[in-house]
Amino acid sequence: MGVLGQQLLNGLVTGSAYALIALGYTMVYGVLQLINFAHGEIYMVGAFVGLLLVTVVKLPFLAALPLAMLAAALVGVTVEFVAYRPLRRSSRLAVLISAIGMSIFLQNVALWIFGPATRSFPPPFQVSVLQIGPLRTNTLALLTLGVALVMMVGLHYLVRHTKTGKAMRAVAQDRDTAALMGINVNRTIALTFLIGSSLAAAAGVMVGMLFNAVVPTMGVMPGLKGFVAAVLGGIGNIPGAMLGGIVLGLAETMGVALLSSQWRDAIAFAILILVLLYKPSGLLGARVEEKV
Amino acid sequence: MPVLDLVNEALREWINPYYYGIFLVMGINMILAMSLNLVTGFTGQLHLGHAGFMAIGAYTAGILATKGGAAFLPAVLAGGVAAAFFGFVVGLPTLRLRGDYLAIATLGFGEIVRIAILNLDITGGAFGLRGIPRLTNLPIVIIAVLLTYVILHSLIRSRVGRAFIAIREDEVAASAMGIETTRMKVTAFVLAAFFAGVAGGLYAFWFRFISPGSFGFLLSIEILSMVVLGGLGNLLGSVLGAGFITYLPELLRTSVPAVAQHRMVFYGALLVLAMIVRPNGLLGTSSEQGWLEMWLARRKAKHAARGPARLEAAAPGQDGADGRSGE
Repeated sequence: MGVLGQQLLNGLVTGSAYALIALGYTMVYGVLQLINFAHGEIYMVGAFVGLLLVTVVKLPFLAALPLAMLAAALVGVTVEFVAYRPLRRSSRLAVLISAIGMSIFLQNVALWIFGPATRSFPPPFQVSVLQIGPLRTNTLALLTLGVALVMMVGLHYLVRHTKTGKAMRAVAQDRDTAALMGINVNRTIALTFLIGSSLAAAAGVMVGMLFNAVVPTMGVMPGLKGFVAAVLGGIGNIPGAMLGGIVLGLAETMGVALLSSQWRDAIAFAILILVLLYKPSGLLGARVEEKV
Repeated sequence: MPVLDLVNEALREWINPYYYGIFLVMGINMILAMSLNLVTGFTGQLHLGHAGFMAIGAYTAGILATKGGAAFLPAVLAGGVAAAFFGFVVGLPTLRLRGDYLAIATLGFGEIVRIAILNLDITGGAFGLRGIPRLTNLPIVIIAVLLTYVILHSLIRSRVGRAFIAIREDEVAASAMGIETTRMKVTAFVLAAFFAGVAGGLYAFWFRFISPGSFGFLLSIEILSMVVLGGLGNLLGSVLGAGFITYLPELLRTSVPAVAQHRMVFYGALLVLAMIVRPNGLLGTSSEQGWLEMWLARRKAKHAARGPARLEAAAPGQDGADGRSGE
């Protein structure tokens, strides 16, 4: 029980980070039907800005986190403006390649500025180990969980109960009709990128501290896995992305406990293929009939 | 084959070794791009795991040569067959999926292949497989490129090829016309996997050392960008696209030092720029306009609007911009 519970807790923490990344994927997919391959790089940008703010500027965590989110959000919106907006009416494949180009670009700009070495990211506060019954954890892991939870509740409120959220849902449903209803489609899409990118940046800062490592290539695997999580939950579905992230995190830690840590990444992709074969619409996705 | 060796000697004399190597890699990439174009460009199935098939071919050929002592041609062909076999096993269930789901499933497949190679004993794991003899040379690669082109070109002109294109244009209609869509898609996938496997074998026999890191997700993406840049559904475009994408980093390497040092930054930026200017690739066949044409059309419309026929001149341009569907 102790081992199992420990793995569940660890899985929950990693899973909440995957969920934050998955949300950005799913939101962008919802409005643009685009797999935003640059999303993992936004996560990396968030981690680096957070690192600089904490270690160089010496800001406290509560100031560094929102600023890192803001900076990454601006990068995300710029990417949308430069690389995706001119292709709004082109084929989806062209936008996909453009996204891939952006991902390569951002990753290598980071390599240019920061170099290829892994930097450590010391948390700007005292981390203490906690013992809850048989479970062992620390304040940082719990903080990660808490940050993810607050963000998700906030996002849910925004999407479900505000006018902006309504506009986002309308654009996701039918872009042209939304435009006819007086919704500023371009602004709504930019806003989607803004929110999705800031969530990824929050995940980047938290994971950077949790593993004490920040590196320009750090976005690649979490980016792919965030995407897997989004598909797992049903792409385009916001609660689905949250659930998908958590399930993926749990499945991974369980799989590692049962098999070995070398197969960790393969587990995520095997789950992905199984889900696609048996329930392609994801855990919470509605079945979409192909239009003839 | 003595004739090929003779030609190779002549080529080695004539081309400097640096370019000899680049041309050879270009040729391998051309085979990869043409085979991916069969699946993505002609059959319309987005496939993001092509590097996985190449890896299977490279490792099959490499293991047969180092551990089984197999000769060049059987080893390379075995690589192709092994990749085709995996193409069949993976394709049969996944090709029932549509659009983005297929893309994601193939991405997952490519990653699983890489991780499996990393963790198996026979492949040498992260240390890679070394000691493969260098048996690939430029004439062999050129012959392989020509063979691939001729085979794929005639395939596309055949009944099967027309079925592929019908599936791309409208899968439901194609199925209504009696085309067994899943069977046709699997056929395209298996053929593409075979050629990718052969390309992998040629790669293994040229570099003499293969490691799982050489066949990552980025390679699949690079092959896809060759296809898209060259133009979907255009074989010659894939050849050009492969040539361009292979040469681009080398071109940047030999340019200004600052650019050369950070060439991947420019590579990424140029990829974005190429898509914005030519969304259908260099030799795209679709009538869809790019940003450049749209801008020129708008300019022309504005120019014409200065005359008395102000409204009439502006209207067609407006129609053209809004009538096109993004999906």
